[in-house]
Amino acid sequence: MRMHFLKTAGFTLLVAAIIVESVFPFYYAILTAFKSGNAIFRVDYWPTSFSLSNYAAVLTQGVFARNILNSLFVACVTVALSLILGTTAAYALARFRFAGRKLLLFAILSVSMFPQVAVLAGLFEVIRALGLYNSLWSLVLSYLIFTLPFTVWVLTAFLRDMPTGLEEAAIMDGASPLRILVQIFLPLTAPAMVTTGLLAFITAWNEFLFALTFTSNDAQRTVPVAIALLSGATEFEVPWGNIMAASVIVTVPLVVLVLIFQRRIVSGLTAGAIKG
Amino acid sequence: MAAVAGRWLAILRGRRFAVLLFLTPMLVTLAAIAAWPLVRTIFYGFTNASLSDLDAARFIGFRNYLDTLTLRSGRIVHTGLLADPVWWRAVWNTLRFAAISVSLETVFGTIIALVLNRKFPGRGLVRAAVLIPWAVPTIVSAKMWAWMMNDQFGILNDMLMRIGLLSHPIAWTASPDTAFLAVLIVDVWKSTPFMALLILAGLQMLPRDVYEAARVDGVSPFRAFFDITLPLIRPALLVAVIFRALDAMRIFDLIYVLTPNNERTETMSVFAQQNLFSFDKFAYGSAASTLLFLVVALITILFVTLGQLDPERGL
Repeated sequence: MRMHFLKTAGFTLLVAAIIVESVFPFYYAILTAFKSGNAIFRVDYWPTSFSLSNYAAVLTQGVFARNILNSLFVACVTVALSLILGTTAAYALARFRFAGRKLLLFAILSVSMFPQVAVLAGLFEVIRALGLYNSLWSLVLSYLIFTLPFTVWVLTAFLRDMPTGLEEAAIMDGASPLRILVQIFLPLTAPAMVTTGLLAFITAWNEFLFALTFTSNDAQRTVPVAIALLSGATEFEVPWGNIMAASVIVTVPLVVLVLIFQRRIVSGLTAGAIKG
Repeated sequence: MAAVAGRWLAILRGRRFAVLLFLTPMLVTLAAIAAWPLVRTIFYGFTNASLSDLDAARFIGFRNYLDTLTLRSGRIVHTGLLADPVWWRAVWNTLRFAAISVSLETVFGTIIALVLNRKFPGRGLVRAAVLIPWAVPTIVSAKMWAWMMNDQFGILNDMLMRIGLLSHPIAWTASPDTAFLAVLIVDVWKSTPFMALLILAGLQMLPRDVYEAARVDGVSPFRAFFDITLPLIRPALLVAVIFRALDAMRIFDLIYVLTPNNERTETMSVFAQQNLFSFDKFAYGSAASTLLFLVVALITILFVTLGQLDPERGL
């Protein structure tokens, strides 16, 4: 009896520790963002004030509102392009037999696994040659490096598991491959597309290396770079209140999205990795 | 008969054409943004290119990698990446970071996965909480933790001093002794959820009856974990470890933002990016990128062969 009690208590403690450890840093950022003036320099464990001054400052001073729009644009276009290119390719890879299919699939995956810095110099040259330096399109293009392989990989695994009956009937009826894709597979693939699209959106929203390298002025920055470069009046005066407010603004939508689509995201993450 | 065969042939021909049509846009895109840039990076590593004038790049062989100069005094000096202590320190920092962070994330991830695999009231809440660090953008987590680790106003120093673990506040991210630890803490916090989710997926595929049998036979839960669970989830675990290790070896954003210009934490990616775009040593940075690519490729091949992973089944 006593043993059982100790076990339950230990388990509860472990669960509590996991929750606190996971949530605390974000909780503390929210708490800090609501403080104003010198209150920020006092360590508090519980909320003490609900001032919106940091939020107002970050959204009205400078170009942070513009940075949010930039991030939205880049992430949405990246998702759309990777879904269009990814779905057609995944259909070919999943439903057609041809030599080198396995090798191709593996080569595509390896693109997203290798260090992005390895392509940075060459990609910079390509982007400058296309006249896209300091343009949001340079980011859309470079983000496809990791969103496209991931989309292809997950959708291929998903499409491969679908029953063949309908498709065979359609082939015999003389439907073209494009019609089969659009009319038969697209509606069935929609859930998987939502998942991969969501994951691609999150990756694009968070990306830092390319965004830092390929844009050069504040108005073209995306949110992560803008937050990293937020500075105060002097070099030594870090505007922590503004940084925390900006952090909360860009993170809350993501956390909400992730919590709503919890199951989808978990299955998407594991589908890419474990499903065979 | 002939008509049917003819129709089949037409369909097959149409399908072969469709494969090409469907694959080409994706392949052309990846070739243009990944394969070609990689080739160009490797090329620039063998030139004297500078950021301001890429077109003037001339081929100089392996001199960015290793060059021997004889000074007028007769002293022989080695230059190039292979003789650059800053580069080797970046290699060491990266490998050390990858090894330690992935090991910690595997242990913590397994613990969290085992917890989530049990049925208990409030499990959904825990699962949601665990996902939060994963959802927070890396730059935001770097800033959140930088604030918590602030030397004067940080809550981390406050906590540790309250419970008596620290006698005076420390500058976590700036001090050479703790910068590496600070990076580890943030990365483990941020990446453990991913590990936990992948391991959990592995756990959920395990057959329940094995554990029933083990319990009937009186095997302790501790032994059941090491003798039954661990061998069974090994493939899932290995895949998760490879994913994380590859990610850790290219780490850039967290280090760049949390501990800027700190030689104790500078990784290969940071070294390469700064040489390319901040120090006006484009060719040198390209050579470093090429080496980084080689190191990561080598370790991946080693991992996949040693772990005997079948790319089609395992990944």
